[in-house]
Amino acid sequence: MAEVRDGLRYTRTHEWVRIEGDVAVVGVTDFAQSELGDITYLELPEPGTTVKQGDSMGVIESVKAASDIYAPVSGEVIEANTAVVDSPEVVNKSPYDDAWLVKIKLSAPEEVDRLMDAEAYRKFLAETAAMA
Amino acid sequence: MSPKVTPLYERHRALGARFIEFAGWTMPVQYEGIISEHLAVRTRAGLFDLGHMGQVIVRGKDALPFLQYLTPNDVAALSAGKAQYSMFLNSSGGVVDDIIVYRVPDTAEYLVVVNAANTEKDLEWLNDHRSQHPEWSVEIEDMSARTGMLALQGPLAEPILHYLTSFDLGTLPSFGIVRTEVAGIATLVARTGYTGEDGFECYCPIERVVDLWDAILEAGQPLGLVPVGLGARDTLRIEAGLPLYGNELSPEITPLEAGLGWVIAWHKGAFLGREALERQRDQGPPRRLVGFELVERGGIPRHGYPVQFESVVVGTVTSGTVSPTLGKTIGMALIARRAAAPGRPLEILIRDRLVKAVQVKLPFYRRSRSTSRSV
Repeated sequence: MAEVRDGLRYTRTHEWVRIEGDVAVVGVTDFAQSELGDITYLELPEPGTTVKQGDSMGVIESVKAASDIYAPVSGEVIEANTAVVDSPEVVNKSPYDDAWLVKIKLSAPEEVDRLMDAEAYRKFLAETAAMA
Repeated sequence: MSPKVTPLYERHRALGARFIEFAGWTMPVQYEGIISEHLAVRTRAGLFDLGHMGQVIVRGKDALPFLQYLTPNDVAALSAGKAQYSMFLNSSGGVVDDIIVYRVPDTAEYLVVVNAANTEKDLEWLNDHRSQHPEWSVEIEDMSARTGMLALQGPLAEPILHYLTSFDLGTLPSFGIVRTEVAGIATLVARTGYTGEDGFECYCPIERVVDLWDAILEAGQPLGLVPVGLGARDTLRIEAGLPLYGNELSPEITPLEAGLGWVIAWHKGAFLGREALERQRDQGPPRRLVGFELVERGGIPRHGYPVQFESVVVGTVTSGTVSPTLGKTIGMALIARRAAAPGRPLEILIRDRLVKAVQVKLPFYRRSRSTSRSV
């Protein structure tokens, strides 16, 4: 069973968000890494890039497949985790801690309320599994 | 039509497999993970369910001339208990399928093992050509639904199988096949495979394939044997430079273009596709299959991605992967002959970015011969 961590917000495209003041720390969920399998490549936006909620802002690729990483919130990217770009397998090992991907300075903090909380994301995963 | 499953489906589920649809079958793509399964086959051993593949028996007085006409390799050179890699070709020399032809010991039969995606097409192909040549007495029997097929591959494949059979596997050469018992189950054991490692492919009655799977897994577990899915099967064969039908081979690609000219036994006389291949041999094939590795990071070059040489598109990627053994990103591409040579640069269009690559000789990986029993 994929881990869903309390206290985080989630997207339907399996990104997680941790709010630290006016900054959103963003990663992909345990479910996402487990579905993708061995992660081999990451493409993240450069610091300074402005992103809009729902836009593709990067790529995550495994041996099996490549998929987009979507911005869960709008704002300016202030930091990208270059250590995880150099060692993408960290996403498999530590999706909620070491493998945070980018930090985004929120330009529209109210967007966070539109994201799922842990309970809603668990329910969403259960529904996804039931449909498969 | 809903996808088919092999008798091992519940075993795969219990082992935690993830499944994909492949050629009309629901098959395990991975259990523990593609990279760990890949490395297990390179260093220890892996067990594959290949129940999706097709098995066709060709027998009868004229089985030999029939197969000589329909395949480019020299079937007459096959002694009993030996196998050869070969193909079905169309009249343009394009590849209808790539196959293994076994001359089954103790019978006058040939066992032809074909790709899952092509089983029906191949049977039609064989039957059509048989009806065009009523002078040949040939019987074609589709054994696919009655045959279980497992592959046991890796440097520890022989010690593992040794526990389960009284046959002296040390006497079975590369591309040899023997009829014996494995764990008390009547099995054809062939020293063939698709991973670049030593190993075996085992054919048994389909109602015994679960027992055979259980016996091999149990015997191999102390030696680190793991089940392996189609994901690692693909990365293993790419490292070994082995073609996959639908990627490196198709009706529009000839064996000469694919770098498989050695399957053509020019000395043997007429066979379907010969004239076209002779023309291509004399003029030089317009395209060549090449290996390449990325020289910068950029993701995985996947099937169909455009390939450039000196800023001009010269072809497409046929297969690509991260190589778990070599720690590089590698691929194969079918490109214009004028651009093909080891050491020359290429650029691969991955998503919207041109990523630098260099051509390298195939295969990417060759096992050390110390463990080989090749004769």
